[in-house]
Amino acid sequence: MAKFNVIARLVGVLVLLGATQSFAAGGGALEHADIEPGNTASLQRGARNFMNYCSGCHSAKYVRYSTIGEDLELSDEQLSENLMFNAEKTFETIKVSMPEAAAGRWFGVAPPDLSLIGRAKGADYIYSFLKGFYVQLESPTGVDNTVLAGTSMPHVLWELQGYKKAIFAQHTEGGVTSKQFESFETLTEGSLDEEAYDEFVRDTVNFLVYIAEPIRSERRTLGVWVLMYLIFFWIIAVMLKKQIWKDVK
Amino acid sequence: MAKVEAEVGKRPEGVWGGLIKWIDDRFPMTETLEYHVTKYYAAKSFNWWYVFGVLAFVVLAIQLVTGIFLTMNYKPSADEAFASVEYIMRDVEWGWLIRYLHSTGASFFFIVVYLHMFRAMLYGSYKKPRELIWLIGMLIFFVLMAEAFAGYLLPWGQMSYWGAQVIISLFGAIPVVGDGIVEFIRGDYSISDITLNRFFALHVIALPLALIGLVFVHIVALHEVGSNNPDGIEIKEHKGPDGVPLDGIAFHPYHTSKDLVAIIIFLMIFSAVVFFAPEMGGYFLEHANFEPANLRATPEHIAPVWYFTPFYAILRAVPDKLWGFILFGLSVVLPVFLPWLDRSRVKSIRYRGWIYKSALTIFVITFLTLGWLGVQPAEGIYVLMARIFTVVYFAFFLLMPYYTKIDKTKPVPERVVYHG
Repeated sequence: MAKFNVIARLVGVLVLLGATQSFAAGGGALEHADIEPGNTASLQRGARNFMNYCSGCHSAKYVRYSTIGEDLELSDEQLSENLMFNAEKTFETIKVSMPEAAAGRWFGVAPPDLSLIGRAKGADYIYSFLKGFYVQLESPTGVDNTVLAGTSMPHVLWELQGYKKAIFAQHTEGGVTSKQFESFETLTEGSLDEEAYDEFVRDTVNFLVYIAEPIRSERRTLGVWVLMYLIFFWIIAVMLKKQIWKDVK
Repeated sequence: MAKVEAEVGKRPEGVWGGLIKWIDDRFPMTETLEYHVTKYYAAKSFNWWYVFGVLAFVVLAIQLVTGIFLTMNYKPSADEAFASVEYIMRDVEWGWLIRYLHSTGASFFFIVVYLHMFRAMLYGSYKKPRELIWLIGMLIFFVLMAEAFAGYLLPWGQMSYWGAQVIISLFGAIPVVGDGIVEFIRGDYSISDITLNRFFALHVIALPLALIGLVFVHIVALHEVGSNNPDGIEIKEHKGPDGVPLDGIAFHPYHTSKDLVAIIIFLMIFSAVVFFAPEMGGYFLEHANFEPANLRATPEHIAPVWYFTPFYAILRAVPDKLWGFILFGLSVVLPVFLPWLDRSRVKSIRYRGWIYKSALTIFVITFLTLGWLGVQPAEGIYVLMARIFTVVYFAFFLLMPYYTKIDKTKPVPERVVYHG
């Protein structure tokens, strides 16, 4: 069985590789988003947040309203009354009214489409990014971000979070001085307290991760059935093999 | 045993039998089936290392079938490629499953093929009289690398684009003709719609055709000389009065029934990835590839997909661009010469001495470590490690004629070792 062990070990290495999430982080350590992909209420709130605060500038051009409706248990009426601000039919995708070229001029870069941001950057990144705005008066938007330094995105959620100041520690290593983010200090209060703001961002991130791969929960459910079928099939195959091999001496 | 075989080999009677006879008179159907399947004898002592050839065949089938359906919905154009993949993922019925099967299949193709090659190194399967099978197999490996590389450009994500940019520009290191070659491959001054179109043609027509042809030849050559076994003994040297090797059992139904068990176990692992971790933490589907190709923004961290990283680590370990490219090429090609580098009198690791056993163990560690180093940033301790393991990698092959010759071997038994 020594040889079998080698295979087992190789499989082990593979699983370890797979388990290690390796999102490229821009700034410091990311905060854990702790989203609940199965929580429909959270996803519904996230959809509301997205349509109210993000979709003015960001499209989600691969995502259809009808898909959201089906997955988040929303009727066509609920969709068109609460979420579809610039769409007529539920099979339309989430588009942005702002012309892309103009947006590029206004912001420096056109705000990216967010259909796949959940898979490209990961939940923790977006969560930390949305919580990482701090006042930086030299910047054209008046803010900068601890996760993505020099971002051209303004602090869209300032009414909710208020404005913060970031405290940095200076590190000098080998003649190179680098700033390291340490903590936030509240400058102005927002309409949400810290806990409520975290919840707001968490729901939004949950929604972004969902739209990045709407099929996710279905594929997991199906996967369980597939594996159960294969186990059943495997038992039969083992019995068949034993039967056929019983004369091999 | 005789009973099962009699049932399998029997030609049916009646209309069905008549039809078979009608075909056999015009095409060697029964003869071919018997030669390659029902009367192809391979050692009964095969262990689980011997399933990876069949598994590679299974993955090839998965890739071909899913590939056909992807091609029905994919658009090979720089403007539409990325969106068409998302269309497959979201709007095409079962498109997500087809796409995940294909993307997971690509990685598993390499896992299975690497293990298949390692089996050959364990039991000396490349040694005389199977050198040609090994050579054809190496050709398959090269075509597979090209196939995977071309396929990786097609989703037109950031990593597709920049990974291809880095790998293609490697050819620029060749003196005089380098830049010309790079332009010839790209068909343009940078990777563009033109490159995407030709890579699509290569990926769905040229290379799969070559792959299927080579796999066919690989199997024909194998069936001509017969399969090796864990003892490295030629079973054809001991035949019964009926001309059947005494230690051999028919591919069908014996080996096929055993392979079926292995195929299902394989499918379980495969499905676990497809349904529960299709991205494999960013190794099978890289995170940056969920952003469309952007000519103006380089991803923070460009690395080829995991199956190329051992060779990529060697490339980066060399400070000089041209020499890096040469060693990179050599590291891929060197295994071709294994049949002649290996001077041992025995085939199987079971009867080799401690030197080869240690060398092979070190090689496996080296290959895995280089693979790991290939995804790390090329800085600090990683560079030093990559250099050390590059030297070890080449030493394994280049010193092989010497250490396999002086290695003390054990006597090889007459017949295969088999415990029911």
